[in-house]
Amino acid sequence: MRPVTGFLQRWSLFFGAVVLWELAARLAEDPFFPPPTTILQTAGQLWFSGPAGHLLLTGSVFNDILPSLGRVFGGWLIAVLVGVGLGTFLGRSKTGMDYVGPLFAFMRAVPPPTLVPVFLVLFSIGTPMKLATIVFGSVWPILLNTVDGVRSVSTTQRETAESFRTPKAYWVTMVVLPAALPKIFAGLRLSLSLALILMVVSEMVGATDGIGYQLIFAQQRFDFPAMWAWIVLLGVLGYGLNALLLAVERRMLDWQPTRGAARAQTTGA
Amino acid sequence: MATMLEVNGLNHRYGSGESEHVAVRDLTFTVETGQLACIVGPSGCGKSTLLRCISGLIRPSDGEVRLHGDEVDGVPEDLAVVFQDYSRSLFPWLSVRQNVEFPLRWKKLSRAERRERAVEALEWVGLPGVGNKYPWQLSGGMQQRVSIARALARRPALLLMDEPFASVDAQTRFELEDLLRTVQVKHGSTILLVTHDIDESVYLGDRVLVLSKSPASIVADLPVELPAERDQIATRASSAFVSMRSEVAKLLHGSGTAGPVTAEGAPAAEDAPEAEQARADLTEADAAEQANTAGEPASKPH
Repeated sequence: MRPVTGFLQRWSLFFGAVVLWELAARLAEDPFFPPPTTILQTAGQLWFSGPAGHLLLTGSVFNDILPSLGRVFGGWLIAVLVGVGLGTFLGRSKTGMDYVGPLFAFMRAVPPPTLVPVFLVLFSIGTPMKLATIVFGSVWPILLNTVDGVRSVSTTQRETAESFRTPKAYWVTMVVLPAALPKIFAGLRLSLSLALILMVVSEMVGATDGIGYQLIFAQQRFDFPAMWAWIVLLGVLGYGLNALLLAVERRMLDWQPTRGAARAQTTGA
Repeated sequence: MATMLEVNGLNHRYGSGESEHVAVRDLTFTVETGQLACIVGPSGCGKSTLLRCISGLIRPSDGEVRLHGDEVDGVPEDLAVVFQDYSRSLFPWLSVRQNVEFPLRWKKLSRAERRERAVEALEWVGLPGVGNKYPWQLSGGMQQRVSIARALARRPALLLMDEPFASVDAQTRFELEDLLRTVQVKHGSTILLVTHDIDESVYLGDRVLVLSKSPASIVADLPVELPAERDQIATRASSAFVSMRSEVAKLLHGSGTAGPVTAEGAPAAEDAPEAEQARADLTEADAAEQANTAGEPASKPH
């Protein structure tokens, strides 16, 4: 019984809002604000009316959605590698952050979308430009959280590792990174949502395919139900990606006492 | 008996010039193989610095430390340290067994051998079957047993212990003291244990080294004339224990008042109640020291 009520509690407001939106849109009959049922219908036509051989998926799924997802994941993964790698190095070095701190503070203060024109000039229209935008915009939360996280290794933990003559590779992978992981994950979640935003922004400006391009294109040809369908899709993607990352996080941070307690509670229900 | 540890003219200073602080002054002593030696000293006297110099965690300003004849420069392969703060010393992201296996990972051991050693070490400390738990799921005393098991799993020639039982309750401390003696006798381990607790040093040790207040230097080196088999109630009540305890307390108290030992404090008054008082003072001051060291890492960039 508990899971059902829990689900209702969590989602009732959401469905209530959708119903209200439906009613309001039907009453207003405004072409700019189609009712959710129309948006869903359009979405079905856009993506799920393809041939049976393609699992009913249309060309748009393969030509727009998948490339966009590829850019998000590609850019985000690069940001993760750069952020965690550089962050670990800088965080454990005594003076590293003293040198690069002001530079980082300046660079991350620049709103990433404003750099799209710069990257457009540098890389012209294409995937590298989009990746550069995503990486540049989403690397900061990972980098700074990693720096913070790898510093959370306590003196006793450091001395313990030292007293066992822990080789560098074990020290980093078995002590420093696990200690930093809770903070790193906080950065990862923030940066993943940034990556999604920047993917759309970069596609709106310079692209011939992708979710952002289709969104702008639908608006320009006054196809508002399609425009809304793309917006809803972005919401669904953002929600799904975050849920996926949360699941990974829960698995990897299983050792934390508070999480273990929370899990014991949920399994006890 | 062979000599396991030789400390010769050890000095350690922090800082330089005006802010120079001498933590350890001209320490010389040896520990024989198979001996359990206790170093007891007032708080802030440089006990922890001394232990870190011996373990090679910090390089002493002067003097040398030799472990079975080899000069210590960096932490030796066959040395293990047990710290006071077990909750920070155990890695919370590793299970108990993984924690015990941790220092064996870069030894030439197969996975099965490594696991076997960890299981065995956990049995030595009376913790079979908790390998898959995380440290936070165990009580404080059990956590400290795990860190002792982790040190023993490395089969160290010398085991250094820095106030290992200072953070557990009295009942648990008694249990752990007896456990340590049992393990030490059974495996013939050589142990050097640092404590501020006079009773503990006398109860545990084959020998007690009494340190002066800062800078630490040795005031006395006393053999403990107690039977090898010790009992928390009978031993502590025995006259040999009581007289040794007050002797150590007297030495510590004497070094606690500034300057050389004088006729200050009539010897007659220096019996058990006063020794209790001295111990209470030490404990109090030690808490202050711990509060200091706890604040230290924040101000020190790593």
